[in-house]
Amino acid sequence: MRIGVLALQGAVREHIQQIQSLGCEAIEVKSLNDLSGLNGLVLPGGESTTMRKLLDRYQLLNPIRTLAQLGIPMFGTCAGLILLAKEIVGKDEAHLKLMDVVIERNSFGRQVDSFEVKISADQIGDAIPAVFIRAPHIVSVGPDVEILAQYDGRIVLAKEGQYLGCSFHPELTTDTRLMEYFINMAKEFHPYTLAKSNSI
Amino acid sequence: MKLLGTETVKRGMAEMQKGGVIMDVINAEQAKIAEAAGAVAVMALERVPSDIRKAGGVARMADPRIVEEVMNAVSIPVMAKARIGHIVEARVLESMGVDYIDESEVLTPADEEFHLLKSEYTVPFVCGCRDLGEAARRIGEGASMLRTKGEPGTGNIVEAVRHIRKVNAQVRRVVGMNLDELMTEAKVLGAPYELLVEIKKLGRLPVVNFAAGGVATPADAALMMELGADGVFVGSGIFKSDNPEKFARAIVEATTHYKDYKLIAEISKELGSPMKGIDISTLPENERMQERGW
Repeated sequence: MRIGVLALQGAVREHIQQIQSLGCEAIEVKSLNDLSGLNGLVLPGGESTTMRKLLDRYQLLNPIRTLAQLGIPMFGTCAGLILLAKEIVGKDEAHLKLMDVVIERNSFGRQVDSFEVKISADQIGDAIPAVFIRAPHIVSVGPDVEILAQYDGRIVLAKEGQYLGCSFHPELTTDTRLMEYFINMAKEFHPYTLAKSNSI
Repeated sequence: MKLLGTETVKRGMAEMQKGGVIMDVINAEQAKIAEAAGAVAVMALERVPSDIRKAGGVARMADPRIVEEVMNAVSIPVMAKARIGHIVEARVLESMGVDYIDESEVLTPADEEFHLLKSEYTVPFVCGCRDLGEAARRIGEGASMLRTKGEPGTGNIVEAVRHIRKVNAQVRRVVGMNLDELMTEAKVLGAPYELLVEIKKLGRLPVVNFAAGGVATPADAALMMELGADGVFVGSGIFKSDNPEKFARAIVEATTHYKDYKLIAEISKELGSPMKGIDISTLPENERMQERGW
């Protein structure tokens, strides 16, 4: 299993460690070539504004969309979820526009309001440590989106087919249940489409 | 139960900044230029370090109005500087909702013996260091992020190189030591023993470490990354250059792709002149900001 982590900026190391600890190969994705042969792609936490600028500059936005069209699973955490979303409150244009959710940025406040808490998530388990840092939340979801967890009346974890997104940072904890869940999504991904992704 | 200001939350915030550039700005307009260039955060100041040098006198926390103006202008995190040991400046910045406080040697120290007990605050802190002892003492006080000091406001990278090399060499040494050697090493470095044990276990510092103090060109920023910095602070370098927009973008790109030398050549073309630098040997000892910190 080859899982890529978008490595333009942010919590790349933490995701790579989790992926490796689960016995998979982790690839740092910095340019187009790194996208070939992936079974899944993680979009990490960081500054979404910064990551978007770099995605544009290195022309990665469309190749990642192409990968998505091939059905390759993608997992966005915090800023990564913002990148995946189809719509962002207060912004005319979203970024990758893949996952049918509307996101509000910094919706729990500034850094002094950042917090950690334990949450329960459908299909994953209870007492999952969730670290919220200047976190976004999912305001509303499309018809095909499964809401997996809410906190304080806000959607913080959701899945739509091949996409998984959360507004907190599982990578900052030692609990790997969410990453395991994502790797299982990547395992279910059909090898026929994988062959095609090699040609990107 | 919801927990605010925990070590994970405070250190985690710095983890999200890795691989990025944090830029000094003095107003909303500069903050927007920094954000548009791809900065991961801005440091709101009244004067950049090179102007602090020129102005002389006592350098203090910025006018809260400037900090507020910058906070309102951008959606990326906003940092601000408090004087070393100035409990009230730090509490004021925290109350304003600043995302990170830099307990900074760039400002005139308020306390020449003690630093802030940063573990007591909800807001996270970044502190300067020149060696592992200083780094570990700051972490011991509760700093959630470090930056090597360099020599601020000089546009000369030599001190920044010295400091990042020293910290990383000392970390490597600790990692390679036997456990029974660490207590004496703690005594030699002036570092808390428990932190050295943690560093040995992790194989690295337990917090993010950026480089600062003298970055004036995209190649300088890439050099800091090459030497093992997690990211770069650029103070006077950007807004003292001829073309701040272009300069800021180039520094961000060089930091991300610090091993792509062709790209660095490309983005370094016709940038105009960087800030005029200062030879460190011409700086009288009492004007060296790096000596501040205990």
